[in-house]
Amino acid sequence: MAEYKLTTPLSDDDIIKLKAGDKVLLSGVVYTARDAAHMRIVESIKKGEELPFDPKGQVIYYVGPSPARPGKPIGSAGPTTSYRMNPFAPILIELGQKGMIGKGKMSDEVKEACVKYKACYFASIGGAAAVVGKAVKKAEIIAYPELGPEAVRRLEVEDMPLFVCYDAHGNDLYEIAKKEWANKL
Amino acid sequence: MSEIRNVSVKDIEEAIYKLALDAAYHIPEDILEAEKKAYENEKSETAKKVLETIFENIQVSSEEEFPLCQDTGLGIIFMEVGQDVHFTDGYIIDAINNGVERAYKDGYLRKSSCHPLTRANYGNNLPAIVHTFVVPGNKVKLIFDAKGGGSESMSKVQMLKPADGRAGIVQTVVDWMIQAGPNPCPPTIVGVGIGGDFERAAVMAKHATLRHVGQPSDDPELADMEQEILTKINNSGIGPAGLGGLTTALAVHIEMQPCHIATLPLAINTACHVNRHKEIEL
Repeated sequence: MAEYKLTTPLSDDDIIKLKAGDKVLLSGVVYTARDAAHMRIVESIKKGEELPFDPKGQVIYYVGPSPARPGKPIGSAGPTTSYRMNPFAPILIELGQKGMIGKGKMSDEVKEACVKYKACYFASIGGAAAVVGKAVKKAEIIAYPELGPEAVRRLEVEDMPLFVCYDAHGNDLYEIAKKEWANKL
Repeated sequence: MSEIRNVSVKDIEEAIYKLALDAAYHIPEDILEAEKKAYENEKSETAKKVLETIFENIQVSSEEEFPLCQDTGLGIIFMEVGQDVHFTDGYIIDAINNGVERAYKDGYLRKSSCHPLTRANYGNNLPAIVHTFVVPGNKVKLIFDAKGGGSESMSKVQMLKPADGRAGIVQTVVDWMIQAGPNPCPPTIVGVGIGGDFERAAVMAKHATLRHVGQPSDDPELADMEQEILTKINNSGIGPAGLGGLTTALAVHIEMQPCHIATLPLAINTACHVNRHKEIEL
């Protein structure tokens, strides 16, 4: 398993070299969106409206951070459970989104979209939110402020530690790891 | 019988305020101990790394008062009220809600309550969910459980057939937790409620997640089931954060009570690896 430093936006070449189980330290801009923001973004796509950001080459972090204390860019900011974004991820991947950051399983449709359009699902450690939040250097709300924690934020991150979970070759880290460690007690 | 005792709801509000803040930043000692024990027994290098990150998170959170998890949960309160308690200075439920609202505002905790259909965020994390039990005496015991949505979503109530019996219960819980996989932020504490009725099973399951981690049930038969289910879940290989290993659950806790001759209610409620809860007796 390899370790890579990547900076967004990501290209097809960045994605193709990644294998499930690789570690990535991600830097650059990532956008936050959860359930409510995805519903609105996909609604806007259907209506042909302008989106809060162009998904091409971008990474979306599934997170609803806790409020920032004065002088800090963000509060705790660990990943939320990704399967709730199953209906939306393939639509955005088709539009050029290159990565999702979250925790937990996603659907076969998401896996297939990762292969077809060269994208990658990165797993972060759920509940390690104070540590993950420290990788965020800057945060600003760019859309849907009325959604509170679910507003779309533009984050600048530095060396955010991630695991490649679904790669562009159809591999699934959760399945690989589970098989390796089953019946070992 | 104890004497009638006046308890000011202002004291309850203050207690809830402190419990909510404490729960958000400081992990319960028993959970940290169980995770350290798991670390010693873990054979997967990745799992050890994940647990190290979890330990680092616990330290950063406690020292800098960053919430352990960005999802600081809904406020779930288990309240045992002695029947000789007389509440004064206002309505008890308002006081509990005030305590929660103030803590979530002052502590920079995430407000997660929303309208179920429009999903509009209420911005105050209210209402708290209060389970009240009347008990003998004139004390009030409060357990504050900051329950996040990720682990809560990996919960269910299933009305089994009486013929499903012990084996059916074990199989249902094991299958469910393996299907949940990485979603509820393992290593988890699995709460199981058996019997009662539909809603009582669910309340027992959640209450069971709050038991001192790894302390077996007083009932030897249930203690035996807890161990069997735990071993089967940990043989799944899912591991911490779902990245593989021997520690998928830290403990299985079962509560049980009598049920109707036609039913076998079963409830499963999972708590994630931070399982934030604090209690006080007034």
